[in-house]
Amino acid sequence: MCVAIPGLIKSIDGSLAQVEIGGITQTANLQLCPQAKVGDYVIVHTGYAINTLDQQEAKETLELFEAIARVAQEEN
Amino acid sequence: MKYASEFRDNRLARGLIAKIERSSRTPVKFMEFCGSHTVAIFRYGIRQVLPETVTTLSGPGCPICVTANVDLDKAIALARIPNVIMTSFGDVLRVPGSYTSLQAVRAEGADVRVIYSAMDALKIAADNPAKQVVLLGIGFETTTPTIAAAILQAKQESLTNFSVLSWHKLSPPAMKALLDSGDVALDGLICPGHVSIITGSQAWEFIARDYGIPCVVAGFEPLDILQCVDMLVTQVEKKEARVEIAYSRGVQREGNTVAQKLVDMVFEPCPAQWRGMGTIPASGLKLRPEYSMFDAEEIFDIDPGPTREPAGCICGEVLRGVSTPLDCPLFGKVCHPENPVGACMVSSEGSCFTYYLYGGKNE
Ligand code: SF4
Repeated sequence: MCVAIPGLIKSIDGSLAQVEIGGITQTANLQLCPQAKVGDYVIVHTGYAINTLDQQEAKETLELFEAIARVAQEEN
Repeated sequence: MKYASEFRDNRLARGLIAKIERSSRTPVKFMEFCGSHTVAIFRYGIRQVLPETVTTLSGPGCPICVTANVDLDKAIALARIPNVIMTSFGDVLRVPGSYTSLQAVRAEGADVRVIYSAMDALKIAADNPAKQVVLLGIGFETTTPTIAAAILQAKQESLTNFSVLSWHKLSPPAMKALLDSGDVALDGLICPGHVSIITGSQAWEFIARDYGIPCVVAGFEPLDILQCVDMLVTQVEKKEARVEIAYSRGVQREGNTVAQKLVDMVFEPCPAQWRGMGTIPASGLKLRPEYSMFDAEEIFDIDPGPTREPAGCICGEVLRGVSTPLDCPLFGKVCHPENPVGACMVSSEGSCFTYYLYGGKNE
């Protein structure tokens, strides 16, 4: 029930956005996420964007995983 | 950045698994509160790749599973009232109440419609001014703000034929009740990622503080879950208990304050009955008196009659984490997705359904 998926905002008209999710364009309501802008990734749950996704945080997390993977490879 | 495939990378997963193997000494039992986590853990085979020291356990975080029969019976009674259009998220239709299901009463002629979003129910109400449209408000913190937004929109549009039957529930009080019952001893909590987008990670701080249990908020990709397990193992080995976030691209400590305000405007806490856990104080949400014109419980006189539980079903124990679906004598024999005896076999996030789908026998 709590499934929510990332989508890219293509355009905004009032409180409704056109969001691309896996190549398909859907309407997402931005009332819960008024700060979202065109070009942002939002996480969409039952037709409502519930938050924007933070690209910087995502990059840092993946870099951390890279570093962990390198340590594991060196130990092998 | 697509925020999906990057977090499914095999090589990076192996790195995280190696790290967990290296640091885990103490045998631990972690509970994933959320049904979507249970599904992800099975889908990506995470139980199989974790070291023997780490056990994961499914929790009560499946809104459909925890809905009590008395509430299901009410919705079914409501759907049978002539002139009512009952709108609901899909899985709910097949859940057996005491005597029948929404799907069965639909086959008998009741107007029950599946919706994807609360916005769909508003549209149905606008398109059918002569009918009463009821939205089944089900879900935890993730979903409640969308229903609150729909109620506020209905008010703004002066809709007079739209109402909500609120089954909304709060996750932290359920987790507290579970821990207070003493039924399960946990070494860590995999906190629900999308609930926490709304509540913030702060919602779990009382568990770390008052119960000394490490808490880590996780996303739903395999690397998210592995990072979460790694963080939990690290806390256990260091004898720490705090709240951390393994889903920092989506979750902050304060949560979504816009959504929190909308929910607080429309709803107030109330006692709620949970399948398997009885009535938990302040664990449900009902509409505030100012919004009673949208409260289906106020508008309709509903008498669902006496409730009863399906014989032999141990959903309640499964939801509390004291039994697994494999302990149920009906599992896979009498009870399977085509003939679900209990709610946990219906919901696509129910433990019984997930075990059945992914062959929990070889866990
Ligand atoms: S297998 Fe079926 S009967 Fe047994 S606990 Fe699960 S839902 Fe209930």
